[in-house]
Amino acid sequence: MNTQMQQPSAGRLPFTLAGAVAGFRACVPVALGVGVYGVLFGLLARQKGMSWIEAQSMSLFIFAGASQLISLDLWGPDLPVASLIITTFIVNLRHVLMGAALSPQLLRLSAGQAFGSLFFMTDESWAMTLARYADDKRRALASDGAFLIGAGLAVFVCWNVSTALGHVLVRGLDDPGRYGLDFAFTAVFTALLVGLRPRRCDALPLIAATCAALLTARFCPGKWYILAGALAGGLVAAWGPGSAAGLAAAAQAPEVRP
Amino acid sequence: MSPLSLSLLTILGMAVATYASRAAGLMLMSRMSPGPRMQRFMRAIPGAILASIVAPSALAAGPAEAGAAVVTALTAWRYRNLPLAMVVGVGVVLVLRQVI
Repeated sequence: MNTQMQQPSAGRLPFTLAGAVAGFRACVPVALGVGVYGVLFGLLARQKGMSWIEAQSMSLFIFAGASQLISLDLWGPDLPVASLIITTFIVNLRHVLMGAALSPQLLRLSAGQAFGSLFFMTDESWAMTLARYADDKRRALASDGAFLIGAGLAVFVCWNVSTALGHVLVRGLDDPGRYGLDFAFTAVFTALLVGLRPRRCDALPLIAATCAALLTARFCPGKWYILAGALAGGLVAAWGPGSAAGLAAAAQAPEVRP
Repeated sequence: MSPLSLSLLTILGMAVATYASRAAGLMLMSRMSPGPRMQRFMRAIPGAILASIVAPSALAAGPAEAGAAVVTALTAWRYRNLPLAMVVGVGVVLVLRQVI
């Protein structure tokens, strides 16, 4: 597929090793936090009777923490193949909106670069990349298209090494909450949200997203709350009060589309 | 079919499903030119996703987490330093969980 076709005005973004290294380094602290959960996944997978090859294949090829952990619930001697695959897709639906949110930059890469990088898009690498591109834009710096794959590789390495450690070595794991490590993710995503420097006109969509996420988390298991909150925020921004005034601005703002 | 090859095929199916979710957003956006409403929708998505990720664990987990989230946000706002904000957040939640 030629992703450049409908973006004639946009120049290509550079896709350099230096950009990938910058992404990797920026994501290392969060990736180490991911490692804690990778150990947990490896450990639980072994307790569920999953072989090391199976657990490691999951981390290598699926590379999605939430759906891997949820799939352990369904894993057993009689594999519910269809349920596992459908559940995985549904748990990961939030990725659709995440990928769309990075499309202004991804559309300025070759199809190979963009769709290769997307394999490495996790909640963490997505958020780091988004924050970086927002910062680049604010400071009028050129963005590097390889940031996402670098950030994703940091998570990928930690997730896979820790899966192996958890399955093969670790014989018991303290509750991550004991050291406050469970809060590391909350802290990182909070800091990234603040780093977007929301303006007053962003307040209503953010409040809508927060309320929808809280309600959904209260009543639905899994990661539905992220999708619900994202849709609520987007819908309020598009159709909510004040959207008409903002619509004119959006139509004129040249930076909206690359 | 041996159990191992069935489970590996299942894992392959899950991998395809996951990658489809990762690629779908870009495929959709490369095939359409969003109108003004869609542009506003898309511009709100990043913040909305981050707020949604944070909301349950920051606001509904208890006073220690809520307090630590506020301190984290203030630290991030003031110093614009992500590792610092992370360390401060974890430190504050540890202390508050002991105290509260």
